[in-house]
Amino acid sequence: MESVLGRYRNLIILVGVLFLQVLGLAVQVKRGSNETQDTRLIRIWAVDGLAPFERALVWIENGTGNIFHNYIYLRGVRAENRQLKEQIEQMRLEQVRLSEDAAQARRLQNLLAFKEQFVAKTVAAQVIGTSGSDSSRVVYIDKGENAGVAPDMAVMTADGVVGKVLMVYPSVAQVLLISDQTSGVGVILGNTRLQGVLAGTVNGEVTLNGIMSDEQVPVGENVLTSGGDQIFPKGLPVGTVTKVGAGKDLFLNIRIKPAANLSKLEEVLVLVEKQERQATADTNVRVRAADILAQRLPSVPDKPADANATAPAGGAKPAGPNSAAANPVPKTAIVPGAANAPATKNAAATGAANSATKTAISATTNGASSSQAVKHPVAAVPGQPIPVPKKSVIAPVTKPETAQTSPAITEEKPTNNAPAQPNPPPPASDNSPN
Amino acid sequence: MPITYTSGEQVEVYRFSIPVTIGVPLLALFIQAFVPLRFPGFAKYLDLPLLVTIFFAMARRSPVAGLFTGAFIGLAQDMLGHNPIGIYGIAKTVVGYGASSLGVKLDVENAGARFLVTLGFYMVHSAVYFIVARLLVNMTQHWNWVHGVLAGLANAFVGMFLYFALDKFKQRT
Repeated sequence: MESVLGRYRNLIILVGVLFLQVLGLAVQVKRGSNETQDTRLIRIWAVDGLAPFERALVWIENGTGNIFHNYIYLRGVRAENRQLKEQIEQMRLEQVRLSEDAAQARRLQNLLAFKEQFVAKTVAAQVIGTSGSDSSRVVYIDKGENAGVAPDMAVMTADGVVGKVLMVYPSVAQVLLISDQTSGVGVILGNTRLQGVLAGTVNGEVTLNGIMSDEQVPVGENVLTSGGDQIFPKGLPVGTVTKVGAGKDLFLNIRIKPAANLSKLEEVLVLVEKQERQATADTNVRVRAADILAQRLPSVPDKPADANATAPAGGAKPAGPNSAAANPVPKTAIVPGAANAPATKNAAATGAANSATKTAISATTNGASSSQAVKHPVAAVPGQPIPVPKKSVIAPVTKPETAQTSPAITEEKPTNNAPAQPNPPPPASDNSPN
Repeated sequence: MPITYTSGEQVEVYRFSIPVTIGVPLLALFIQAFVPLRFPGFAKYLDLPLLVTIFFAMARRSPVAGLFTGAFIGLAQDMLGHNPIGIYGIAKTVVGYGASSLGVKLDVENAGARFLVTLGFYMVHSAVYFIVARLLVNMTQHWNWVHGVLAGLANAFVGMFLYFALDKFKQRT
C-alpha cells in the first residue's frame, strides 16, 4: 500500500488539488447569487494586493501625460479653440430649438402624470485595471464604498452606458461591462421604439436580443436605455445598430456598436443617486434666450397696457434698469404656452414675444445682418446672468407667433388684481429706455 | 541544446528565491490586469500568468511544486474576474503538473523546445478551461481553432523571450 502511495504520490496530490477546486466551484455555482458574498474575502485580498500598484501607475501615467498635454502638445490649440467656439454656437442654436420641444414634452408628461428618473448625483472615477481575462469583461475603478458606490449602480461616460457596479470594496469597485456575456441592459430603439435586452457575447460583441424577426430594424438606429432594468435611467445612449440578421427562434440577431469606447476607458461616472419625480411643465425648463433678451434689451418701449398687466402685485415700486438686469428672470414667467401658468405670466409671455419681435426688427433696422444674428444666440439658464451680446440678435430663433397663438395665452386675460406670485416677472417698464 | 530524453538525475533542477517566487507571478498578474487598459487585444492573445506557470514548473522539475504553483497563480487570476473562482485554477494546475512532469523527462532549455512546449501547453490550458467553464460552470463557450492557434503562437513567441529573461533568477540546487 505504501509503495503504491509513494509511486503515485504526485498523481494523487494532483487529483486531490483538482478535487478541492472542483468542490469549490460546485459550491459557488450551487449558491448562485450568494457567490459574491462567499468569495468576497478572497477577492478582496487579490484586489487590495493589486489595486494600489495600479492606482500608482495610473497616477504616474496621468502626471506624465499632463506634462506633455499641458505644456508640450499645445500646437494647434488656437485653431481647435476656434473650431470649438463655432461648435458651441451651433449647439446653442440647437439647444434653443430643443428646449421648446422639451418643454412641450414635459407639459404632456405632466398632463399624463408621468414619472421621470433624473440623474441626481454622480461620482467620477478613474479606471485602474481589468480582470486580465477575455472571459471576464470587468474593469476596476478607483472609487468604492468610501465614495458612496454600491452594487448595481449604473456606470457611464459622456458618450454612453458602460456597465454596472458588480462588487464594491472599500476603495475600489468592480464594474461589469455591457459587453460581458453575463450582463443585461433593458434598451429601447430610438425611432421604432422596440424594446429588447442588450447582452454581451463570448467574443465581446454586444447584441440586442428579444426583437421579433418580423420587425424592421434599420442599421444605424440609436439604442437607448429603457429604464426597465431599474439600474439605468431611461434615455441614456447605449449605441447604434450595426448589423441586423436572422437569429434563432424567430428573433432577430442585432449587433450593436456601443456608444462608449469600452476598450479604452479612462474616466467614468458612477450614478450614485437617482431621483424619481413627476414630470413638471414649468420647472427645470431652459428659458428661451430670445424671450429673456426681448425683456431686457432696450429696444422698443412696451405699451402701457403691457406694463400694467405685468406690474407686480401690491403696487411694488418698479426697480431701475440696473437692478432688473441683476435679477434673474423667473423660471416660469416667459415659457411660451405654459399650460398652467398664471394670467400675469402669460401676459408676460405675450409681451415677451412681442418684444422679441420688436428686438428682431430693431436689429434688422440697425443693420445687423442675418449671419450675425445667427452667430450670437444666447442659451440662457434660469437664475443665472444672461450674457448679452453687443449687437441685437436672435431674429432667426424667435417665434413670436407661437406664443401669441398659444391657447394658454389667449384664453386668459391679465388682471391688475393678480394674486401674489412666488417669482413675479420684472416689470416691462424696467427695460424700456427712458 | 536539443530536446533530449534524459533521466531525472541528468537534468538540472533549479530553485528560486522567495522574492522571485512571489514577485514574478504577482508582476505577471499585475501586467495582465493593467496592460489591457491601453492595449485591449493584450488579454485576448496573451496569458502571462500561464507563461510564468510553465516557466517555474519546467525549471523546478517537481510535479508537486508545479501543480501548486499553477493552482496558486490560477486561483489568483480567478480572483480578479467575476466568474467563479477555480476555473483558471484547475486549468493552470493541470498545466503546472504537466510542465513539471515534462521537465523531468525532457531537457527543454533551448528556444525551439520552449516554443513548442509553450504552444502545446497553451492549447492544453485552453482545452481544460473550455471543459471546466462549459461543463462545470455552464458558461457559454465557443471553441475557436484559429484564435487558439494564433494565441498559442503569440504566447510561445513571447514566452521564448520571457523565459530567457527569467533564467537569470535561476539558482542551482
